[in-house]
Formats: sequence, structure tokens, C-alpha cells
Amino acid sequence: MKGLFFHLGRYIAWHKVIYQKTGNFSMFYKEVVRQVYDIGVGSILIVFIISIFIGAVTAQQMYYQLTGTSIPAYYIGYIVRDMAIIELAATFTCLVLAGKVGSNLAAEIGGMRQKEHIDAMEIMGVNTASYLVLPKIIGGLIAIPILVFIAAIVNIGGGYLASVPTGLFTNFDYVKGLRSFFNDYNVVMMFVKSVVFAYIIITVSCYQGYFVKGGNIELGQASTRAVVYSCVLVLVSDYVVAILLTSG
Amino acid sequence: MITIENIHKSFDDVQVLKGLDFVFEAGKTNLIIGRSGAGKTVLLKILVGLFKPTEGKVWYDDREFFTLGKEELRQLRMEVGMLFQGNALFDSMTVAENVRFPLDMFSKMTLKEKNIRVDECLSRVSLEGSNDKYPSEISGGMQKRVGIARAIVYKPKYLFCDEPNSGLDPKTSITIDELIKEITIADNITTVINTHDMNSVMEIGQNICFLDKGKIVWKGDRHAVMNSDNENLNSFIFASPFLQRLKDQAKK
Repeated sequence: MKGLFFHLGRYIAWHKVIYQKTGNFSMFYKEVVRQVYDIGVGSILIVFIISIFIGAVTAQQMYYQLTGTSIPAYYIGYIVRDMAIIELAATFTCLVLAGKVGSNLAAEIGGMRQKEHIDAMEIMGVNTASYLVLPKIIGGLIAIPILVFIAAIVNIGGGYLASVPTGLFTNFDYVKGLRSFFNDYNVVMMFVKSVVFAYIIITVSCYQGYFVKGGNIELGQASTRAVVYSCVLVLVSDYVVAILLTSG
Repeated sequence: MITIENIHKSFDDVQVLKGLDFVFEAGKTNLIIGRSGAGKTVLLKILVGLFKPTEGKVWYDDREFFTLGKEELRQLRMEVGMLFQGNALFDSMTVAENVRFPLDMFSKMTLKEKNIRVDECLSRVSLEGSNDKYPSEISGGMQKRVGIARAIVYKPKYLFCDEPNSGLDPKTSITIDELIKEITIADNITTVINTHDMNSVMEIGQNICFLDKGKIVWKGDRHAVMNSDNENLNSFIFASPFLQRLKDQAKK
């Protein structure tokens, strides 16, 4: 319990340092662009593959559940769309990114700590928390919501591919479902979730790397903690955001 | 000049440094020597501000390091260069980008001016033409020289070197030592070198403090080492029978 409060306190105090100005803007800008590319372009294939199959499985399962009931077939398109937008695109994408991006960030910053790169920068007068972490936060806040948006579209496409060409139901039913009962507030909810999850993944992972001590074993452990804590916090915050955005 | 006054440092219950006083002089190569675990690295990290002493003061000329405000500290940082034991070169950057990094971060120079300065520094460490190579493509000795070039790119008043010869063959070590000494004297830099390399002690030890179990037990220069009666120092410097015989012969 003492350890939990120690890390929570240090994590909060660390934010004050992250948001202090450091060095030259052009260096900072270059880092942001690199992060958008690394996180965004570097993750798009895995996000695409996962999203297409999640959409396909959702459609298949809905078809299985609703067959033989009085609920019309076009409801399947409606359910696939809303599940993708409200929950699956943001949560699944960010859980995958917690694994891929989270471990990568923890290892990158932790490696710099171990090779004395961070000490070297500190001695030069660089605010390392700001220079190393803030571009990753901004990069993540730009790239991850875009990835989530792409995931939602691919998810819906995956549902289509799994059901219409295979003859589970017709193109007309699926498209009618997609166009029924659309609530644009759900899209807002998806973006709010993606921003919250992105912030958690980036800061928790960078925190684990930034304060790593010891050798390669400790670096591996920090990477693992980055993934595990990010995943757990994404799920907890998913619930909290759901309550906040759907109550009242 | 850097002056330390009554420096103490403890980690939990372990007292690593016990009341150190010393003056690191400008324009000289000041050496901190001692056995592994004597507290050399901790002292060096206190000098550069990576550790805060439990007690005591560090003066950079007339500025007390640990009482400086944010802006004063930033200004002082610009006057400090450091060569790390493992070089701490950024793997994803070329040699030129590594050397240019401090300028990119803080200077208002144009890219052309920065590149001219980088070329000057690389030429000073005899690495002309290596600008576009990555650290992984050059030898350990060359990496050290890139580290030195990066450390001097901002024309520092204070230069710190942590084990500059570790992992280098004797000939390359001497080259690095001579380079550090030449830069120190030419630019009147206060250079502090943390080492347990005996060649360095004998070649460039202009002002030496010998650290043992967290205390400075001997001070002097490379000439005084040969004539010292301090048993601790002698058993450290002339650890091998061969070196002991050499010392005896020199005395005769």
C-alpha cells in the first residue's frame, strides 16, 4: 500500500516537470512528428487485422444469437456499428496498443536511462521528462484517436465481410442496420475514451521506463509492468468514463 | 575552479562520502582516484548535480551549485561538459548530430553556424569526415573522441570525465588522455577526471585526490605520487610487484 501511494505521488509530481518548457521548439516538434509516425503508422497494420476480425466475430455471434427470434436481421448491422463505436474500437485498439506501444516506450526510455543518455541530457541542462515524454504524449494523443477511428470503420467493414458475402444476411439488411438509430453522441464518447486511454498508455509506460533502476532484468520487468498497468487502468477508466458519459 | 566543502553523502544507512574538502583547479587536469567502491562516482555525480549531498557545499567559482535558481542553474549547465564512461552517445543519431545536440537544444545559431562548430570540434579530436557515421559504426576510441567533441561543443568552463579510458587499449588511452590535457590547458578548463588508470595518473595527474573508504586520504600531483609514503596510496598505485619494482628502481 505504501508503495502504491509512493508511485502515485511520484507519478503526479512528475507531471509538473513534464509540462515545463525545455530547449528548442524545432527539436521538440521533430520529436512529436516522429512519435506520431511511430505510434500511428507503426501500429496501423496490427490495428487493422484485429479490428477486421473483431467486427467479423461480432457479426457472426449476433447472427447466432438473433436467429430464430423475432428481432429483424437488420438489427445485426446496427449492433455491430454501435458495439464498434461505443466499446470495441476504443477498448480493443487501446489494449493492443498498451502491449505494442507501451512496452516499446518503457524499453526505449528505460534503455536511455541505463545507457546514461538521460544523465547526459540532464547535465546539458535538458529537462528530460519534458523532452522525452511530452512529445510522446502529444504524439499519442494525435495518433491513437485516429487509430481508434480507423478501427471503428474497419470493425464495421469486418462485420460486413463476415456476413454479406457468406450469405448470413443481405447487403440491404446490413446497410439498413448501419443507418438505423444513429446517435452521434456515441462517436463523441469513442473519441473521449480514446484520448483518456491514450494518455494512460503513454504516461504509465513512460513512467515505468523513466524511473527504471538496475539492469536488463529490471528493464524487462518495467516493460511488463508498463503493459499490465496500462491494460488494467484502461479497463478501469473505461468503466469510469462509461459511467460519467452515460449517467444523467 | 570548483571547490567542495565538507561533502557528506549517505544512501539510507550507508555513509559513502565522509566530509570531503578539495579544490579542483582551473587549467589543470584534476584526478579523483581510488579503489572500486571508494565513492569516486558518487563524488562526480554530486559535482555535476545528479546527486545532492547529504551535507556540504559545491562551489563553481563563486556560485554555490545547490542554491542556484532555475535560470542560474540552466546558465551553469551550459558551461559544463561531460564525458561518460559508456560515452552516452545517442545510437539513433549520427556523429555530427550527437555533437550538435547541445547546440540544437539551446543555441540560437543557424544550422550553418552549428555545422561549422561541429566540424571544428570533430577536427579537434581528429575525427574529420566521420560526421555521417553512426556510433555503432565507429571504434570505442572514436566513440570516446565523439564524446569529447560533444562535451566541448558549447565551449565549457568545466569538463567532467568518468573513467575516460575504460575499455580502451593502452595506446588509445594515452591519446585520449593527451587530448583531454591539451583541451584543458588550451581553453583553461577546470577538468575533473574520475579514473583508476595508472597511466593517466602518471601522464596527466596535475592535481590528484586519492579517495579511500569515503575520505580523501592523500592530495598531490603525479610527481608527488612517486615519492609518497602513504601506504594506502602506494598499495593502490603500485599494486603489482612489477610496478613496485619500478618504483624502487626509480627511487634508487
